[in-house]
Amino acid sequence: MSEASELSAGGTGTMRPPHPLLDIRGLHKSFGTIEVLKGIDLAVSPGELVFLIGPSGSGKSTLLRCYNRLEEASGGSIWFDGQEVLADRIDINALRRRMGMVFQSFNLYPHMTALGNVTLALRKVLKKPRAEAERIGMAALEGVGLAHKAASYPGELSGGQQQRVAIARASALEPGLMLFDEPTSALDPELVGSVLQAMRDMRAAGMTMLVVSHEMRFAREAADRVVFMDGGVIVEQGPPEQIFGSPRHERTRAFVSEVAR
Amino acid sequence: MDVLLQQFFNLDIMAKALPLVLQGLKTTLLICLIVIPMGLIGGVLVALASRSTVRALRVSVTLLVDLMRALPPLVVLILVYSGLPFLGLRISPLTAVVIAFFLNNAAYYGEIIRAGIESVPAGQWEAARSTGLRADQAFTWVILPQGLRNVLPDLVSNTVEVVKLTSLASVVSLQEMLYSADMARSLTFNASPIVLAALIYFALLWPAVRLVSRLEHAAAR
Repeated sequence: MSEASELSAGGTGTMRPPHPLLDIRGLHKSFGTIEVLKGIDLAVSPGELVFLIGPSGSGKSTLLRCYNRLEEASGGSIWFDGQEVLADRIDINALRRRMGMVFQSFNLYPHMTALGNVTLALRKVLKKPRAEAERIGMAALEGVGLAHKAASYPGELSGGQQQRVAIARASALEPGLMLFDEPTSALDPELVGSVLQAMRDMRAAGMTMLVVSHEMRFAREAADRVVFMDGGVIVEQGPPEQIFGSPRHERTRAFVSEVAR
Repeated sequence: MDVLLQQFFNLDIMAKALPLVLQGLKTTLLICLIVIPMGLIGGVLVALASRSTVRALRVSVTLLVDLMRALPPLVVLILVYSGLPFLGLRISPLTAVVIAFFLNNAAYYGEIIRAGIESVPAGQWEAARSTGLRADQAFTWVILPQGLRNVLPDLVSNTVEVVKLTSLASVVSLQEMLYSADMARSLTFNASPIVLAALIYFALLWPAVRLVSRLEHAAAR
């Protein structure tokens, strides 16, 4: 047993329900000879908002990208909704559309309108007819307050608006889990609020969310659990009050006081 | 001066040669309509193959591309037209032109399209795949359209080259525009039909050349 998994077991206490939506066991990831993830155990319950924090290079984003296999894990297992994600014969595309992902750099398709961005997978993956896809797409844009920008191209939108379109693009597919990879890091400060609001709305609607972010205020306010990673392991996890108020581990304390300044 | 006008800009002779030259223009356009789409499709395949994880495929495509870029297109054309009969394959001039130009175009379009595809940020691919699109769907709907747009000036520019290249078909007696004009020249002992063909080439391609300039200008801004 590694130090990390002992601590993680302590952090969640007895609150963990029997059937987590996402269950990661002993996840390893190496790039060449560099081991980025050194045995991660993490379970996320339905409806939970889990925040991943830690210094850059601690493996948070890599961990997130292993869940939907944008990165291939080197070892360990990932269970999502009763399916083994890393199995050879899994339908990875069916799985991915049930795990929405939002990227730091938005990654909207620049040659399509906002509505086109949202409806592409509805039409090509879920095979919805155009009219139905557009109805669902408009509802998703409405959900992030951007129905009036449906005909705009990404280049005509602010960063905050682009990120909200990206959120709509993922949520239109009705995923069971949303992965956020530093969703506000590329935004000007005045645009962060609208994206966080969209995430809050999503949370209020009961979405399970896993968020890599440096927005500590948001973590404190919205997270059910905060997971602190450093050096490829989970150092400590627990409710925000614990991590930000009285962290048990020295490295957590150092990091939290550093970002709080 | 009079000699110059008589020999190069003789309107009577041009008028007489016009039906023949227009007949040739039809063939020129026909060749273009066949080899340009084929070349573009071949180019996409070449671009895909050159990025394949299968080593044998990458190597053979690199070989083809290098060969086509190093060999004069005329050599390829004559090799196809005069060489294949030695293998017992009798082919028409049009078939020879289509085969030779397909090889040439696929290589050149392929290099351009590959550069276009590589200019699309990796995040586009990841975003598309993260919504559940299959690799081929992500390529068709997200990567390729952006890649083509990023190299549009080069694509149009290469297409202009392809149209000019069709005049080589005259060498294997395909009666395209240059062949017809040259026939008219030899019948009339006058260069005016060639000038006529040149003017038609210019009228055909000048807008495209202007378009390339404008696209390049727009891209630089």
